[in-house]
Amino acid sequence: MKPSPPRPKPDPKAPRQPLPLLDPALRHTPAEVALGFTGEQAKIEALRCLQCQKPTCIDACPLNIDIKRFILRMVDGDYAGAHEVISEQSPFPGVCGRVCQHELFCEEACIVGRRWDPVAIGALERFAADHARLRMQELVKGEPRKPTGPKVALVGSGPASLIAAYDLVRLNYRVTIFEALHRLGGVLAYGIPNFRLPREILHEEIARLQNLGVEFVTSFIVGKSATIEELFEEGYEAVFLGTGAGLPYLMEIPGENLAGVYTANEFLTRLNLMEAYRFPERPTPVHVGKRTVVVGGGNSAMDAARWARRLGSETTILYRRGRAELKARIEEIKHAEEEGVRFEFLAAPVALYGDPHGFVTAMECIRMELGEPDESGRRSPAPIPGSEYRIPAETVVAAIGQAPNPTLQRVTPQLHTRRGKIVIDEAGRTSMNLVFAGGDVVRGGSTVILAMKDGRAAAAAIHRALSPNGGNHDQPDH
Amino acid sequence: MINQIIDRRELAPAVTLLEVVAPRIQRRWKAGQFVIVRPTDHSERIPLTIMDSSPERQSISMVVQAVGKTTQETVALQCGEAFADLAGPLGEPATIPAGKRVVCLAGGVGVAELLPVARAYRDAGNQVIVLCGARSNEYRILDTELRAGAGPVHWATDDGSFGFHGNVVALLKTLAGPGAFDEGHVIGPIPMMKAAADATRDWHLKLYASLNPVMIDGTGMCGGCRVTVGDSVKFACVDGPEFDAHRVDFDELARRNGAYRTHERLALEHGNGCRIGLDVR
Ligand SMILES: Cc1cc2nc3c(=O)[nH]c(=O)nc-3n(C[C@H](O)[C@H](O)[C@H](O)COP(=O)(O)OP(=O)(O)OC[C@H]3O[C@@H](n4cnc5c(N)ncnc54)[C@H](O)[C@@H]3O)c2cc1C
Ligand SMILES: Cc1cc2nc3c(=O)[nH]c(=O)nc-3n(C[C@H](O)[C@H](O)[C@H](O)COP(=O)(O)OP(=O)(O)OC[C@H]3O[C@@H](n4cnc5c(N)ncnc54)[C@H](O)[C@@H]3O)c2cc1C
Ligand code: FES
Repeated sequence: MKPSPPRPKPDPKAPRQPLPLLDPALRHTPAEVALGFTGEQAKIEALRCLQCQKPTCIDACPLNIDIKRFILRMVDGDYAGAHEVISEQSPFPGVCGRVCQHELFCEEACIVGRRWDPVAIGALERFAADHARLRMQELVKGEPRKPTGPKVALVGSGPASLIAAYDLVRLNYRVTIFEALHRLGGVLAYGIPNFRLPREILHEEIARLQNLGVEFVTSFIVGKSATIEELFEEGYEAVFLGTGAGLPYLMEIPGENLAGVYTANEFLTRLNLMEAYRFPERPTPVHVGKRTVVVGGGNSAMDAARWARRLGSETTILYRRGRAELKARIEEIKHAEEEGVRFEFLAAPVALYGDPHGFVTAMECIRMELGEPDESGRRSPAPIPGSEYRIPAETVVAAIGQAPNPTLQRVTPQLHTRRGKIVIDEAGRTSMNLVFAGGDVVRGGSTVILAMKDGRAAAAAIHRALSPNGGNHDQPDH
Repeated sequence: MINQIIDRRELAPAVTLLEVVAPRIQRRWKAGQFVIVRPTDHSERIPLTIMDSSPERQSISMVVQAVGKTTQETVALQCGEAFADLAGPLGEPATIPAGKRVVCLAGGVGVAELLPVARAYRDAGNQVIVLCGARSNEYRILDTELRAGAGPVHWATDDGSFGFHGNVVALLKTLAGPGAFDEGHVIGPIPMMKAAADATRDWHLKLYASLNPVMIDGTGMCGGCRVTVGDSVKFACVDGPEFDAHRVDFDELARRNGAYRTHERLALEHGNGCRIGLDVR
């Protein structure tokens, strides 16, 4: 082995590397917008890390990824090694490198950020993941492993269950994920568009779990296909509920049921899960007219608006608060603007009007003003009387939030809920013995990384409950 | 093998019965519930009502009318082949009272969807009469099963080739009037369900309609199946599909179900190899 050259010194003053982006003029397909660092950029950015004695970023990461160490690997050009370091905590760097709100967690805590721009940890994570794709074959080689420990059922295949599966299968539990839909990933599959998260990335990272021995059952609705009690009767010793917050809120205004009016979930499901953008090659259609109005200010609103733009519609996001209150990732807002999405702040819909065939043609809106901050510190909007006005719209998308889907809760009255959300204690335990929960079903609409944090906590709690003496279940006769 | 078709019979032109291996669904389903099917791995998800089941064969049966692309793909499957996906049982079971005088109304493929509900009425000790509508004699289905499982059956045909000449709601009006029944269940094409609701508004009859809006996920996640019942909006896949017929906004349902008519034609033409100049590549 030839001696490695001396490691260059950190250079935090180098400018934070901008993520190369697809030219906005080319964004009329589902192709990914953020292109990822070049090798040169990855080197510069990795060197911006100070390799702090007390790395605050690691504590700030809800998965406690050893950021310092994986970046050091990258400084050495050892990208496979960087991927391995990340994999100690998370098998999803390709997903998280793209959709996690790093600005709220690791990058917010980054010491470099106190004087300069924080290290682009998210983009580096993604770079390591993309690099690892080249050797995915090697990562998922051979027959899936066959764990031998107790059986654990995870309900829903969103990020909360996926990370729980990773932790549990590594402790040799026999893990089954039950998913209601015909595809895996939860919101990652039906909500987040391809142009933010190419489906191959999701499939490959899920395939790693399969290779580790996690079993996936699709088209299985717990509460309908089987109750929680029946899962226990079938030999599962613990159950985790990661069923998400999939029940869309409606605007509750006249005309909402006109054709061409969608919830963000329906609009995005048609496009992402059913690939309506390929209609009629794919059988599911979607109505996108000349003008689209998307109501809301979160990630779903950005995603729906950006899809509408890609399908050639003049698109407006109507939000009842101001720009500062938008809840989407900053990057997403920027991209939406680059793509020509128009924003109309401090306005809300009051009614929809249609043609004689029942298709929406216009939206009546009202201007809003921000009042005093409420308990949550957010200034709540109030309508300005007499300020109504009308805008044309052939497509309307309501992206105003979601509540937990009630299906499972309805048939499981012993499961304690508050306003539809499953109630848990610090250890992720629900009111039912050996039933745990986490992610959006507990938090309401939240984020990928917090769902993963919950999934990880629940996996640890399940391990404590099923294996009071610790250790992993490597005894085949357990 | 799970999801495998083990029996396939044509009951009438373009109306096919499929029996599918589905042990879990067979154990759990109740009258009025449905499944979501993706016949092939490139198909849409469509809802189909569970008509019957067999514990011995661990199977459920559905009756499918081929009206468009996905239903055609469904009935094109042969014994030995399997659905790509099958999820259920979904929706709430039908409301089944006891000791009541009940009228059941069905039209077209709705006759098959009615069968389990009509049986459940009878099994719960109700007095049941069944009125069915078909285009003509050759479209009549499941007459024997209904007679054996539910009660007397009367037929109406559009062309008069069997039974009453006219539609099933007209037949109802000739056979009965206000006060004749305590409860009813109607399932079929939207205009027929609407007519049934309108005809019985003053009959002091609790009439349930089993609705058939367009569905995507069938799990309450998208809201595409929403219907207006009285002054509230319901998701048919989780709150229904059965609702108080006298309070359903059928006109809205008809408009919503018709919203993709042009697309549906395109999809069909595409499937039939006609490429209509939309080739993206
Ligand atoms: C359009 C959109 C964009 C978003 N963008 C971002 C982003 O960029 N960054 C970010 O951090 N967060 C984003 N979020 C939020 C994030 O996706 C969620 O917080 C996260 O996915 C929650 O994960 P989860 O595992 O709790 O549930 P989910 O991802 O919601 O998955 C739950 C799964 O459970 C299944 N399920 C439900 N009930 C049952 C049942 N009874 N039986 C079996 N399966 C069941 C559902 O079908 C679903 O697949 C976005 C959300 C949306 C809607
Ligand atoms: C709860 C429920 C239970 C159902 N049970 C059955 C059943 O047991 N057997 C059966 O044959 N069908 C049933 N249907 C209807 C069936 O799901 C539709 O016929 C099917 O989705 C049409 O898909 P397609 O691609 O073949 O046709 P498409 O191309 O989508 O449509 C073709 C034609 O059918 C009409 N259509 C589309 N969707 C519906 C619908 N939901 N209801 C009525 N007409 C529709 C369209 O307006 C169009 O004229 C049920 C629907 C629901 C909601
Ligand atoms: S079909 Fe999506 S909510 Fe009912």
